[in-house]
Amino acid sequence: MHPMSAAPAAIAHSSSQELVLSGAWTARGIGAIAPQLDAISAPAGQELRVDGARIEALDTAGAWVLQKLLQRLRGDGNALRLHGLRPEFARLLEAIEQQMADQERPLAASAIAPPSALEAVGRSTQAALEQGFALLSFVGECALALGGCIAHPARVRWRPILYNIRSAGFDALPIVGLLSFLLGVVVAYQGADQLRQYGANIFVADLIGLSMLREFAPLITAIIVAGRSGSAYAAQIGTMAVTEEIDAMRTLGIAPLDVLVLPKILALLIALPLLTVFADVLGVFGGMLMARAQLGVGFGDFLDRFVKAVSVTAYLIGVGKAPVFAAIIAVVGCFQGFRTRGGADSVGRQTTRAVVQSIFLVIVADALFSVAFSALDL
Amino acid sequence: MPSPTPSTDAVIEISKLSTSFGDHVVHSGIDLEVRRGEIFAVIGGSGSGKSTLLREMILLHRPDTGSIRVLGVDLQALDGGDANGETLALRRRWGVMFQHGGLFGSLTVQENVGLPLREHTGLDDALIDEIAAAKLAMTGLEPQVGAQYPAELSGGMRKRASLARALALDPELLFLDEPTAGLDPESAGEVDQLVHKLRELFGLTIVMITHDLDLLWQLADRVAVLAEGKVQGVGSMSELAQMDNPAIRKFFDGPRGRAAHEQDKQQADVHTSGQTG
Repeated sequence: MHPMSAAPAAIAHSSSQELVLSGAWTARGIGAIAPQLDAISAPAGQELRVDGARIEALDTAGAWVLQKLLQRLRGDGNALRLHGLRPEFARLLEAIEQQMADQERPLAASAIAPPSALEAVGRSTQAALEQGFALLSFVGECALALGGCIAHPARVRWRPILYNIRSAGFDALPIVGLLSFLLGVVVAYQGADQLRQYGANIFVADLIGLSMLREFAPLITAIIVAGRSGSAYAAQIGTMAVTEEIDAMRTLGIAPLDVLVLPKILALLIALPLLTVFADVLGVFGGMLMARAQLGVGFGDFLDRFVKAVSVTAYLIGVGKAPVFAAIIAVVGCFQGFRTRGGADSVGRQTTRAVVQSIFLVIVADALFSVAFSALDL
Repeated sequence: MPSPTPSTDAVIEISKLSTSFGDHVVHSGIDLEVRRGEIFAVIGGSGSGKSTLLREMILLHRPDTGSIRVLGVDLQALDGGDANGETLALRRRWGVMFQHGGLFGSLTVQENVGLPLREHTGLDDALIDEIAAAKLAMTGLEPQVGAQYPAELSGGMRKRASLARALALDPELLFLDEPTAGLDPESAGEVDQLVHKLRELFGLTIVMITHDLDLLWQLADRVAVLAEGKVQGVGSMSELAQMDNPAIRKFFDGPRGRAAHEQDKQQADVHTSGQTG
């Protein structure tokens, strides 16, 4: 049906009253002659013969183009006579003509005007508000489910909690440890120059201790976990929503929140503070190495000063922020997962949103903590 | 419905095909031939390897041994690169309708159908949109469906859209994976007629995998029954119905098999009396 060796489509006037068509009138063959077709014209009111005998192949695209040409010429007031076409080609052309007549009818489905700037602002504001309210109601549902679990401890699913502690906590140890170690190194390195100018080398312990324990360790841990686990939560729940697994769960009388969300929140509430402690240790260790290398402060001196400079309060403040961050990451990740509608691209979009929003909210929460702690003089 | 005399040259030739996944043997020596212009169906129970066979025919899976020639090209000789010249040339000559549609969720239906034309031809966008709309109309979809996304469609509409995309480049060979699975009887009947109409219009060769007995009686010229890694029998439905092989019998015995057979007889009577007029 499609000879591979056919020449591309061609059209020529053999006389003023005859058009000769030849070659492969197929999707691949007609690319070159499309502009040429627009130029074809005939003096109006004449009889025009179209010789189709040398058409070697015809497919939908070719028939479409040919039919359009014929109709245009007919519209110019010419009487057309198409002859010599192979029967199977004639059949296809006829089917296309039929199709074209059907499509003449209003086809204004895609003519939706793009929204004006004002409308776009209004719509995105509305969407943001709607999302905010939905998040609030999701938090409420989670709190209710959590309350239910506390009232009936038998409903708590320990196995997924343990699994999530392993995947979100234990498996994250290497990357969290490495990054906070490097952060400690960087902070000590940057501080070293300034401290050396004042001869205050020993205060590197204050710098490292307070910055790592109060701010950097909890924050970097939360950001890594948001990228690692928050995205995984959104993608997992999102895919389940797309494949109707969540609906199936509901119809089987299993509350998706109990199975999918609470174990994640509880696991992260346990895992993130522990990871933060681990990040504290590695971060201070990195700073200690740098202090010895750059400032000549030995491990013994560093630790002596560290104990005096850093209060238990500073450590507890840092670790105390972790559960809040954990709740933000798990709730936002699961929430965005449940909002997935449609197909694969929606899963990707919601996953991106989960990560961006949870990191954003973690930093906002951290800023609020700073304000609150300074008001309380901690 | 018997075929209008298919010519005998083979479009697909499979010989001594064997496939296994680990210890699990799926095919052990399959020989098949699909002729030009016919509607060929592969049937078999769950796990009989018919989907794997389809995947092997469309270059998505490599068999362990044996040879498959499709449209005169030996698939084993192709290096399997996705955008490689010879492989691509072959892929352009067939269309595949996947069981769940396989439509791209990020594109509208019309963009899905126009995608092969956009990728593989130099036609301008307006013409591609017109042709895509025509293909959609040919498969019986309303024009406004073109602007929708696949996630918004019902199962039957998704199948039609998938069929329209498979037909975008006017293939010579069309593979249908479970064309009527998950459809209501009315939609399934429409798919019957649609496939028939397309074969008439484009002279297509159609290979399909199906469980739908009605579809087999109505449409298939020849049917191959797969079981235990082998082809248990090949022939028209009425020929298969005469065979004694137990693996084949179970498709015909049982209430569903008989009902489909009865219905086909009645329809055939109606057709012959209608056509004589």
